[in-house]
Amino acid sequence: MGTFIQLVVDGLSTGSIYAALALAIVLVNQATGLINFAQGGMAVLSSYIAYVFVQLGLPLIVAILIAVVLSFFIGALVERFLVRRFERGDPDTAVVVTIGLLTLVTGICAVLWGYNNLGFPSLFPLTSLQILGAVVSVRSLATTVTIVVIMVVLQLLFLRTKLGLALRAVADNPGSAAFSGLPVGRLLMVGWGLAATLGAIAGVLVAPQLTLTPGMLDTALVYALAAVILGGLSSPIGCVVAASAIGVLENLVAVYVPFIGHDLKIAVPFVLIFVILIVRPQGLFGRKVVVRV
Amino acid sequence: MTLLELAGVTASYGPVQVIDGVSLSVPEGGSVGILGANGAGKTTTLRAISGTVRTGGRITFDGRDIRGLRPDQVAALGIAHVPEGRGTLGQLSVRENLMVGAYLRKGRQAISADVDYCLDLFPQLQDRVGSRAAALSGGEQQMLAVARAFMAKPKLLLLDEASLGLAPSTAKTVYDAIRRLRRESGIAMVVVEQNANLAFSLVDTATVLETGRNVLTGTSAELKGMDEIRRAYLGG
Repeated sequence: MGTFIQLVVDGLSTGSIYAALALAIVLVNQATGLINFAQGGMAVLSSYIAYVFVQLGLPLIVAILIAVVLSFFIGALVERFLVRRFERGDPDTAVVVTIGLLTLVTGICAVLWGYNNLGFPSLFPLTSLQILGAVVSVRSLATTVTIVVIMVVLQLLFLRTKLGLALRAVADNPGSAAFSGLPVGRLLMVGWGLAATLGAIAGVLVAPQLTLTPGMLDTALVYALAAVILGGLSSPIGCVVAASAIGVLENLVAVYVPFIGHDLKIAVPFVLIFVILIVRPQGLFGRKVVVRV
Repeated sequence: MTLLELAGVTASYGPVQVIDGVSLSVPEGGSVGILGANGAGKTTTLRAISGTVRTGGRITFDGRDIRGLRPDQVAALGIAHVPEGRGTLGQLSVRENLMVGAYLRKGRQAISADVDYCLDLFPQLQDRVGSRAAALSGGEQQMLAVARAFMAKPKLLLLDEASLGLAPSTAKTVYDAIRRLRRESGIAMVVVEQNANLAFSLVDTATVLETGRNVLTGTSAELKGMDEIRRAYLGG
């Protein structure tokens, strides 16, 4: 029983990493209708920015805040000067552009900081607690709580605020939204800026655990995309639940299903995706996109 | 007092010039129709006003030059465009669509009163306020598009083929509501409409376009039943 609880706790801890990234992906999708594959890469860049300010001797929390604010502008500028050129056209083109951006940003990080793993200080104490016989690290617990808080804030932003309504309107149909006086360009920049901010938070939360490298979030991105499909593109709550489920499930399966074990556990979320796409294509929590013609 | 004035307006999509010197004058509170066959440039004229197509010539609204403004800037001045087809935000609920319409307004109570007014104007929407717009019928979507435009409290409404694809009885319901809206709010309108009877039920004056130029302008009474009108509608 102790092992089981420990596996679940560890799973929730890795799940929170996937959840953080998945939330940023959902945010961009809700605000612009796109999937941003560069989300992970941009989050890594934000983490490096925080790292630079830590190296300059600033307190960690200040360095993180600077990185978070700069990330907002980086996200907004990426939208304004790169993605906007492709937004009006085929959405597939825009998606490919974000894949290119991922490669570019990863490359820039590698040029500037190299491929060696860099230690990143943790925002939370590295002690651990004993809960029901399982060892729970305070860092994982605090990370999970932070993610849940962000999720709730996001949900409220989209469903309860005028800005959230405007972001969703622009994502739904930019041309039509403009007829109601919505400043489409500025709202798209805000959407990307907010997502980059969220990515930055995700990056600095997980960097201590994963150590900083240009490809730090590559694997996490794959799991995050799985979580997004599983939970539904339109649902912040759904993607956090799905990310946690994936984290827990891959741990449990690795131990309790000997046939799969640790080598094959990466296949688990993908088997889940296939099942979900067949049974419930809009995701567990997502809303079906209906169009009447 | 003239609210909107178009003089020698041209517009093109890439190298293709679609309108070539259109003139139009809408008095405050007035309703002007644009008639003509398919491809005559009716929709493009509306797009020129709302800033969704590259234009030349002069477009003044409320005494200021609005040519070259972005669509959201034009909307902010008080022009609401109900485009051809479904002018709704499909994944948003009916209520959310109406709130987006009121995006530039302040005053919670006035906005909420106008939502009630819209639901009174289009009772069909009452049971659907929580439904997503994409799940509505074609007629309901057209009603929502008009209601959303009204929520901006515009001075001028650009209405493009509000009857398109609707059953005759539904189209009549939509136009009855728009007439009531005009009577009660005094909003000026530019109306593009293929159905001549519906058009003349709503406009005071009209202009007929042929291959991007005005060929005839007059009051509804003068134009009704003229040969040129029939020709324009039949495209001959």
